[in-house]
Amino acid sequence: MDVRNVHYGVGSRKIFDGVDITVERGSITAVMGPSGTGKTTLLRLITGQVAPASGSVQVFGADVAAMRQGQLFALRRRMGMLFQNGALLTDLNVFENVAFPAREHTRLPEPLLRRLVLMKLQAVGLRGAALLMPQELSGGMARRVALARAIVMDPEILIYDEPFVGLDPISMGVVCRLIRQLNDALGITSIVVSHDVQEVSSIADRSYLLAGGKVIAAGSSEELRATPEPAVRQFMEGSADGPVPFHYPAGDYRAQLLGSEDLT
Amino acid sequence: MNGAFAGSLARFGSVALFLLQVLRACGPALARPRLIAHQVYNCGARSLVIIMLCGLFVGMVLGLQGYDLLARFGSESALGVAATLGLLKELGPVVTALLFAGRAGTALTSEIGLMRATDQLTAMQMMAVDPMRRVIAPRFIGGLIAMPLLAAVFNVIGIFGAQLVGVTLLGVDQGTFWSQMQNAVELSDVNEGIVKSFAFGVICSLLAVYEGYNAVPTAEGVGLATTRTVVASSVMTLVIDYMLTAAFLKA
Repeated sequence: MDVRNVHYGVGSRKIFDGVDITVERGSITAVMGPSGTGKTTLLRLITGQVAPASGSVQVFGADVAAMRQGQLFALRRRMGMLFQNGALLTDLNVFENVAFPAREHTRLPEPLLRRLVLMKLQAVGLRGAALLMPQELSGGMARRVALARAIVMDPEILIYDEPFVGLDPISMGVVCRLIRQLNDALGITSIVVSHDVQEVSSIADRSYLLAGGKVIAAGSSEELRATPEPAVRQFMEGSADGPVPFHYPAGDYRAQLLGSEDLT
Repeated sequence: MNGAFAGSLARFGSVALFLLQVLRACGPALARPRLIAHQVYNCGARSLVIIMLCGLFVGMVLGLQGYDLLARFGSESALGVAATLGLLKELGPVVTALLFAGRAGTALTSEIGLMRATDQLTAMQMMAVDPMRRVIAPRFIGGLIAMPLLAAVFNVIGIFGAQLVGVTLLGVDQGTFWSQMQNAVELSDVNEGIVKSFAFGVICSLLAVYEGYNAVPTAEGVGLATTRTVVASSVMTLVIDYMLTAAFLKA
């Protein structure tokens, strides 16, 4: 998969200003960056939900933006995606949620489907939860169910959108291990978008750091950590102030405190 | 003023375009009758109690008012005809549509809006499943089927209510009540009611799924969309009712 010189903006706000990212088959690639740098937008570009203003996004050697709805759906069948909150269908139980893509796209006989779903649930350790409803699941469990659903059609690419947000350390460790295991066992190409530096560094083969609409650093976790550039260091070490300022731009503090004019 | 007009015109256009999209998705959706049956149950069976209760009381009020009015001309015996025509042609379809918008329409809008807010619709698209076919079209068709059925139930219970008050309470002769009704009510009267309830079913279901699908994906946005569903469905029902009535009287 190849993202070449992509420019993208919403209204007058520029989100990407010439981004290049290459994802190699069978690897885990991480895209990191502070909140609001367009990480999720990048995923929308890759999956063809939005089209870049210029530049190209190629998946399996074909330009995503040029695809028609049918081709796009064919492409998405080869991809799985894990959403931030899992996005399970709330009117179906866990089993039916995992079975959903298979029921929609294939005419598998029921016994086979049953086995397939149980195997995927076993892979994420939730075979025992098959009959629970999504509302009865914890955040970590919901995400694992969503993961089982994402792999039920045996995708070639798996995309994770902030897989660690809002999880306790144990669930985080579980999800982390699952991403690595699935990648290695099934030969899936994984793209992880996240800002949890620790977790991502521990599993990613190659990481990209986004800031200000550009890739400011790329390489293995060690290479990123060793980068002397202050913007990269600030993010990797999580310091409050640095090239990304602590304060949102504002007027003079003293004048505002002592004056009585409106907060304009 | 100008802006508001342009705004409502734009909204009208976007609803019309949405209808085209829904209709295109209806074919594939029809191939999955179980999804539709589930939605008929959702909008229909679950609205049944409120429809029956309201039908009973509307019928009873018709019995009281109709009797009072007809007695002034000494023609209480026409109570059966008056109540039945009022129900079949007007009150049945209209009141059912208003109740349907409040009970089933709001449920549809908030359900779809919440699916949007929790990324379920996007997730479907990512799984190469078209939410238009899987979510919207079955709900639209379900509402379309449920609405005339509910109106029919409303009519039956309403006539029963009018009979209860007119015959049992106020002493209109049972035989005249029913025989006059049988003589005067034509099949075309029944058809008029069916056409109306079908048209209201289209408009109420369409607006409900439209508002849900286009809801701003926040708690506030879904709440607003739900309100808009009720308001728009009710207004459109009454407007279309007038137009259809005029058309039927001319025909």
